[in-house]
Amino acid sequence: MEHLKLSKDKLGDFVAKLGDKEVLVPQKEGEALKFVPLTGDSVPELDYANTSVPPKNAVFPQTETMLRFEWGKMETTAVTGEAKEKVFFGVRPCDARAKVIVDKLFTWDEKDPYYVEKREKSTVVGLACAEPCSNCFCTSVGGGPASTEGLDVLLTDLGESYLVQPLTDEGQSLCQAASDDLEKAAEGDVQAAEKVHQEAEKKISRQIDTGGIPEGLPGLWENELWEKVSQSCLGCGICTYLCPTCHCFDMQDEVEGFDGRRCRTWDSCMFSEYTMHASGHNPRPTRRERTRNRINHKYSYFVDKFDVIACVGCGRCISLCPVNIDILDILSKVKEAL
Amino acid sequence: MKDNGNPYKPHVATVEDTWNETYGDRCIKTFKVVFDDEKVRESWEHLPGQCAMIGLPGVGESMISISCSPTEGKFLRFSVMRMGKVTQALHQLEPGDKMNVRGPYGNSFPVDEWKGKKIITIGGGIGQAPLRPIIEYVKANRSDYEDLTVIYGSRTSSDLCFQGELEELNSCDDVSCHLSIDVEEENWSHFVGFVPSLLMDVNPSPENTIAITCGPPIMIKFVLENLKKLNFEDDQIYTTLENRMKCGIGKCGRCNAGNLYVCKDGPVFSYATLKQVPEAFA
Repeated sequence: MEHLKLSKDKLGDFVAKLGDKEVLVPQKEGEALKFVPLTGDSVPELDYANTSVPPKNAVFPQTETMLRFEWGKMETTAVTGEAKEKVFFGVRPCDARAKVIVDKLFTWDEKDPYYVEKREKSTVVGLACAEPCSNCFCTSVGGGPASTEGLDVLLTDLGESYLVQPLTDEGQSLCQAASDDLEKAAEGDVQAAEKVHQEAEKKISRQIDTGGIPEGLPGLWENELWEKVSQSCLGCGICTYLCPTCHCFDMQDEVEGFDGRRCRTWDSCMFSEYTMHASGHNPRPTRRERTRNRINHKYSYFVDKFDVIACVGCGRCISLCPVNIDILDILSKVKEAL
Repeated sequence: MKDNGNPYKPHVATVEDTWNETYGDRCIKTFKVVFDDEKVRESWEHLPGQCAMIGLPGVGESMISISCSPTEGKFLRFSVMRMGKVTQALHQLEPGDKMNVRGPYGNSFPVDEWKGKKIITIGGGIGQAPLRPIIEYVKANRSDYEDLTVIYGSRTSSDLCFQGELEELNSCDDVSCHLSIDVEEENWSHFVGFVPSLLMDVNPSPENTIAITCGPPIMIKFVLENLKKLNFEDDQIYTTLENRMKCGIGKCGRCNAGNLYVCKDGPVFSYATLKQVPEAFA
């Protein structure tokens, strides 16, 4: 597909032409930078490294109603068919890849109707990374600062303008709708963008060779490393809440007056209640077992089932852990032990 | 029931009958339920070993093994131990009351593969619930299988489930039932001791035999050891696992034992498979 160019002063016009779709852009909410709907005629602010919260909430909400019912009645009504068309604008390639990885989970065997309908109504406009964060390691887990997996359009910052690369039919039609604001890119623009991508890749300072980890991890079951790496863990679960690929959920019923709902909420394998049986028996009684499961799930079990590591190297779990637990440090201990 | 559009939306079923199997703090009640919707009733298919999510709107759901064989009729049976919020609420149900049911979930015992073999079930406590469908299935298809041996024990005689129907098994040809309780009681004519010891007492031959065990983790551990002493091969031994579950369809994440989802890859596993999974008996 043809490369296009968008002048930065036309960004607002471009976004306005996305029609009646809800446009989610990175915005500051308190301390956190996260994807929230763009309101009025405001212009997205795309000068950021990465959002502190990944854009998963819009397709897999932290809390969502699955069924409604009237208290005392047995009939339940499924709450589906309410998803709106959404455009995610300015998503980093790692977070776009994460959606493709999570798709595998929610669509294998029986499809999850809540996730699927939101995902099918999503268009993703990515923004290539020019300045990776200090804890980024996307290139070690199959991604890159300009990876196009999961994207409909890729933007690359060229200083005064963006190179616009439509990647899918959805991306193409989105660009067609805003063709007044776009111009044809010159060969030099395409080369400049490639240079940005290459430079960005060089700036990624953290790396690990994941070779051998998926097959080797289960063999390290009783290794002392799990005790060591989990000692300082508080069990707060932020590594999983802020992870773009974490997808575990709980289901709970709530009743207010006669209005009842069954909802799901994010859950975390780092919480003790996650696996606690009704009898009180817990197959993962301490943080050692829970940390071991988190790493095994991402780097081994998920690979067994879906042929891809369930980590995109965004580095959030490293940057935001209150006690500085570093997944790359854990992985390098795993490598040493193999 | 994969065609109702939404795998999380349960069907409504009516409790046709219910009775206590055991009494006390952790009492077990059996529910015989029938789907209200005739289409669901007719199209529902399950095999021994499968589970269903049962519950009540406003309270929640629990994954419970289906404790009847499809050969018994167009109804379902669940034997539920009173343990937490959901099972507490279920225990309040009387005949005519309704519950929600979705499923069936999980794989099943490979009953076709086992044709022509001798079958031994080794159960403890509420662990007999997922074994009951196998016993009923083999009884209903008697000519397809060789001898059926039922080994079952619990702490006391009042903790035994399905006691009446199990004792009746001894009147069938090529079927034997061996019961045990942990400590001596007056008027108890069967074995006294733990289930793994009863297994050694029965001393079954591994030849052309499948052994299926379910019960408390500590019982399973020693049953497996004793089956090995009796020269059973790993692929002749089956068990069914349970873990905390929410979705039942391999999404919510929590029921995994190593790389296996108990809700999808299980709950039925051969020991040959589980031996490879370090978390299987956690």
